[in-house]
Amino acid sequence: MLTNRSKQVVKKEMTIMEKAYLPAIFSGMLITFKHIFMKKATIRYPEQVREFAPVYRGQHVLKLDEAGAERCTACGLCAVACPAEAITMVAEERKKGEENLYREEKYASTYEINMLRCIFCGLCEEACPKEAIFLTDRIVPSTFERDEFIYGKDKLVETIDQKVDVTKRQTPEVLEFKKDKKHKHNRTFLDRVLKPSSKH
Amino acid sequence: MSLTQYIFWFLSFLALMSSLMVVFTKNAVYSVLCLIITFFAIAGHYLLLNAQFLAAVHIIVYAGAIMVLFLYVIMMLNQNKDTEPKKHPYLMVISVIAAGLLMLTMVGTVKSAELPGSTIADAQVGTIEKLGQVLFTDFLLPFEVSSILFLAAMVGAVYLSKNKLQS
Amino acid sequence: MDPLLFKAILVVAVFGITLIVALYSTFGERKIAAVMQDRVGPNRAGPFGLLQPLADGIKMFMKQELIPSVSNKWLFIIGPCIAMLTACMTGVVIPWGGSLTFGDQVFELQIADLNIGILYLFGVVSLGVYGIMIGGWASNNKFSLIGAIRASSQMISYEIAMGMAIIALVMSTGTLSLKEIVMQQDAGLANIVYQPLGFLIFLVCAFAETNRAPFDLPECETELIGGYHTEYSSLKLGFYLFAEYINMFISSAVIVSFYFGGYNFPFQHELGLDGNLLTIVQTLVFFGKIFFFVFFFMWVRWTIPRFRYDQLMHLGWKVLLPLALFNIFATGLVMWGMGKL
Repeated sequence: MLTNRSKQVVKKEMTIMEKAYLPAIFSGMLITFKHIFMKKATIRYPEQVREFAPVYRGQHVLKLDEAGAERCTACGLCAVACPAEAITMVAEERKKGEENLYREEKYASTYEINMLRCIFCGLCEEACPKEAIFLTDRIVPSTFERDEFIYGKDKLVETIDQKVDVTKRQTPEVLEFKKDKKHKHNRTFLDRVLKPSSKH
Repeated sequence: MSLTQYIFWFLSFLALMSSLMVVFTKNAVYSVLCLIITFFAIAGHYLLLNAQFLAAVHIIVYAGAIMVLFLYVIMMLNQNKDTEPKKHPYLMVISVIAAGLLMLTMVGTVKSAELPGSTIADAQVGTIEKLGQVLFTDFLLPFEVSSILFLAAMVGAVYLSKNKLQS
Repeated sequence: MDPLLFKAILVVAVFGITLIVALYSTFGERKIAAVMQDRVGPNRAGPFGLLQPLADGIKMFMKQELIPSVSNKWLFIIGPCIAMLTACMTGVVIPWGGSLTFGDQVFELQIADLNIGILYLFGVVSLGVYGIMIGGWASNNKFSLIGAIRASSQMISYEIAMGMAIIALVMSTGTLSLKEIVMQQDAGLANIVYQPLGFLIFLVCAFAETNRAPFDLPECETELIGGYHTEYSSLKLGFYLFAEYINMFISSAVIVSFYFGGYNFPFQHELGLDGNLLTIVQTLVFFGKIFFFVFFFMWVRWTIPRFRYDQLMHLGWKVLLPLALFNIFATGLVMWGMGKL
């Protein structure tokens, strides 16, 4: 009785017309017949693609910078931020002569995302201080084997001639949000050392 | 032998074999299925005698209705060795006597019956029109009396089920 | 042409058409279900998905065939065979059209014009339950057994009302031959005019006898997994499913022959068509009517939810049976009043 929306159920005796059921059956059949001519809700997928939201969170991409060097520095913040623990990486020091391949002095020699674990929340993207990882509007294709869902760098890093457009995800609001140090995943290592969070 | 005779012998063999199987199989469901085959063989005999109506009704009533109910009941029962009730030897004697009496009656009837030979004078003898006319003129009383028999059976069934519900 | 040869061709043709119609009924069923639920339905195999039934058939063939080790192997195999056999046997007495004339020979488009046609039909239908019962029992599975028991009691209950509805029809037509019934409707009005109540009872019972929704309690996915065919796989399962569609086709043909003039259509003799041409048009019209009823079967399936078991029994014994008896009585009264008795 809190909301005043409760309704008393009455079981009243049916009239003869209702007992005959036939009128009810006919009206029901009329409804189903009308539905034959209604617009179909189906989207015929491979030929016809549903319109994506501009901030759709699909398969990840590891971005290259303008010179074509990997932006990722293997800081591990994405892996820490990941609630599903889908990201693993191995960091390595950049050798001499690899400056055109890796932007920072440290880079990820392996970078793997388990797409079966990933929940596509986008926290890795928010956590990334180097703007190296983004979610895109590409759908992770299905395969038959489980290990094929573990995407390594071969599938994640974009190529220099086929850059993935992520400008839609880098709206001014998003960039502004990324500076908000209130959120743990927006803090860099330095921030943490200077202002440790209250939990720890 | 003509084709009709071949069919006759085949159907007779089938009827006898399957009715023997009804008695000798251990599994009650097999018995019922064999009985259905027997009914089909007998319906075939009716057809040979040009009694199409009788054949159809035989299939509908016996194979299509009564045997379905039999099968229904047997499937519902849990037929194990342990649940089988012990039969009194008394019962065996009684059943042998009853079956013997039935056989005597049958033999007596067949012996006294005058077989008109294999020639069927009228090809229309088994059709519905003929049967209906005979049934509603010469045999009207037995026909109606048999329906009273069914009525009695129905009343009995209703009474039994009602009685069980009340207690 | 030899009459026997013509009969053989007719048998093969009827058999083939029945199977093809049943094959495409499965496709139609899915398509109709889809459009009634605002979906598209199968549209990938071939143009408009027309090859879908073939793909389904091949799938049925290729699937692994399992016979449960605790089952009764013989009966397990015989079950679907009986279901298929009885389904195919009913097409024999249905008049598919008038007669074709080649030279001085006249061929009837009916395999057998039995003078007990209706009884034959009724007998075969009453045997149809054995396929389900034997299959369900032989599976040695409780769900199958419950399905089989439901099937048998349902069939028995609705057969009685069905028979009573037919008796009223036989009273008004005065014959048991389907050909005769159809011919009478050519001369007069369709039987639906004389037997509206009988038609309604027959229709409901036809739904129950073919185990179609809302009377599909023997299979009843939500309660019994698959009912009597829970343990079946591969082609044997295909037989059971296929038999249902054949039954649907044949019962539509029977309904049309009994109550909607069979192959006749209004003003057919005013068209001035040649004998053979008229027969062909009549057959096409007959199939048109049948397909409407097949569609009707599917339409009802995707509209009305399944009965509860006590409701099923209540409808069969306490509603349809008294109605059918009343129908017989009323038919008798009217005939007596019209001086036809």
